Amino acid sequence: MPHANSLYGPLDPAPDAGYVDAPPRMGFFTDTSVCIGCKACEVACKEWNLVPESGRDLLGMSYDNTGALTANSWRHVAFVEQPRPAGWATPAFLDTPDGPPVSPATAEVAAHTSTDTGTYPGLPSGSPGAAARMSGGSEFLGMPGAHPPGRGSGAEGRTDFRWLMMSDVCKHCTHAACLDVCPTGSLFRTEFGTVVVQEDICNGCGYCISACPYGVIDQRKDDGRAWKCTLCYDRLGVGMTPACAQACPTESIQYGELEELRERAAARVATLHERGVPEARLYGHDPDDGVGGDGAFFLLLDEPEVYGLPPDPVVTTRDLPAMWKRAGLAAMTMAAATAVAFLGRRP
Amino acid sequence: MTDTTRPDRQRQAGRGRGHGGEQLTVPPADFSSYYGRPVLKPPVWKHDIAGYLFTGGLAAGSALIGAGAQLTGRPGLRTVSRWTALGGVAASTYLLVHDLGRPARFHHMLRVAKLTSPMSVGTWILAAFGPMAGVAAVAELAPLLPQHGALGLARRLAPPVGDIAGLAAAATAPALATYTGVLLADTAVPSWHDAYPSLPFVFAGSALAAASGVGLIAAPAAETAPLRRLAVAAATIELVGGRRMERLGVTGEPYAHGRSGRLVRAGRALLAVGTVAALVNRRSRILSAISGAALVASSVATRFGVFEAGRVSARDPKYTVLPQRERLDQHGPTAGR
Repeated sequence: MPHANSLYGPLDPAPDAGYVDAPPRMGFFTDTSVCIGCKACEVACKEWNLVPESGRDLLGMSYDNTGALTANSWRHVAFVEQPRPAGWATPAFLDTPDGPPVSPATAEVAAHTSTDTGTYPGLPSGSPGAAARMSGGSEFLGMPGAHPPGRGSGAEGRTDFRWLMMSDVCKHCTHAACLDVCPTGSLFRTEFGTVVVQEDICNGCGYCISACPYGVIDQRKDDGRAWKCTLCYDRLGVGMTPACAQACPTESIQYGELEELRERAAARVATLHERGVPEARLYGHDPDDGVGGDGAFFLLLDEPEVYGLPPDPVVTTRDLPAMWKRAGLAAMTMAAATAVAFLGRRP
Repeated sequence: MTDTTRPDRQRQAGRGRGHGGEQLTVPPADFSSYYGRPVLKPPVWKHDIAGYLFTGGLAAGSALIGAGAQLTGRPGLRTVSRWTALGGVAASTYLLVHDLGRPARFHHMLRVAKLTSPMSVGTWILAAFGPMAGVAAVAELAPLLPQHGALGLARRLAPPVGDIAGLAAAATAPALATYTGVLLADTAVPSWHDAYPSLPFVFAGSALAAASGVGLIAAPAAETAPLRRLAVAAATIELVGGRRMERLGVTGEPYAHGRSGRLVRAGRALLAVGTVAALVNRRSRILSAISGAALVASSVATRFGVFEAGRVSARDPKYTVLPQRERLDQHGPTAGR
């Protein structure tokens, strides 16, 4: 008998998948407030998991030349440059022009860039309008600025800017749409509650790719199969830390028992709030959210969509019973229509 | 959670390029994004899958018509429908296998049966439908066999076997035609997911329209009276079932605008033309063929339009972020709901 919450709501995924005496659920807590953007996680992941090269073009997206999570990039460090008022400090760049780091026009051009990641859909180009809007960050009011900020309004109106850096990864959802829709059983739930692709089973149907609400899983062009972060299943099995967390020099990526990580994260947010960083917030930590909570969750310093994350994802299978009902109704309508059409009198 | 960092999002009346037509209640496109890049990965399915939506529907509709013709004594229509069903399901199987990243592993689909995976359910529906449709069609070859000997026995046995197979195919046909609505809807693709109440009905209507169309073109005119009634029913199911698609809010936009919108509209126009032509026509063989062709073309346009609309909605971060942001701003996080 499936658990009442097996499609939606709080759940411990490993026992639900049939594991008896499963070990505690393991996961990542990625604290972006201490990320320095070194990309050691990307490199360590590639080395350990033998992930192929993922293109070497400059993308015009700050220091991010990876672009997105793909089948060939299982960690992706996002870089956002934002002008924002440093309300409690003297402007750091007094007397120097310090407007938005990228002009909307440049951002529009950059939205068209891509690189051959060796995967499909890999790194699709962006929407130029949306790129132009984000280029100015939180202070941008939609007018392409031809002169430095403050020239008209005086030095007080000037902005400082900040870096947002975040190492993104597969979320290992409690309710993993990729796993539920997989028609071959290639994607499976491990005893640690993580979600892993069995590459000897995957036949490249691509359903998981459309189902993922985070746009994580992707297909390799040369071998046709879907690939993503395994949370280093092979290392977990022998009690080791996943490669990215092991390589992270600032402990921005923390690996451990999910319960403990959640406590640690809550304490970290409280500390940051105390120290005057009111914008710190957790993302994906809540077992009551639309995917039942993520196995890999984050501390963010801005809205999720600024980092390219969906603000309020809901697993598509929440509505699956309703979908099957509608299909059943449509099927009956179809059969009835045919019967009526043939039962009518002959002309 | 604090509000201090919420980006001041630029206000912009956003509905893309201005098309005429009805006014939609679409919120302005003000949202933050990561360099304008899509949040989701757009579907990797190629046009094979749009083609499959058509051929699978055609096969299902034809199997139903074949059974109707069989039970009401219309042998010409029965033969045409059985062959169309077999042709449709054979093309479907080819398209589905061809679309795989690893076609040689298509049989891995048969390792499991999963209700949570519409693709798995569909595989098993096809596995039940295909052989039955095949047997029913091949049984139509019985008159070509000699009267006597072992083959003569086969000649006598074929029709009843074909009839049983035809009814079995028809029994699974409605599932084959409608599960594809769930196949598309059970994804994170905004325009597909949000249209989940409509898609199975649109696809059911489209399947009946296409199959009626082929019957009107190829079956003897004296036997096509039910097809004219069926075309009307198909149009009603598709139009009533799909009337909410463009009114979904922002995620309905791709069904009304752009290339995908033009395809969906073309599908409806052709459906109307085909249905009206079928209704007014009593004798003309040519008018019959024209109305049949319009119905078939309508189904093709609708399937490709719906397919394309989903791809558009996954490619643009707007369709992912705006509805979720709106939900958050109105109700708070999805927590506990």
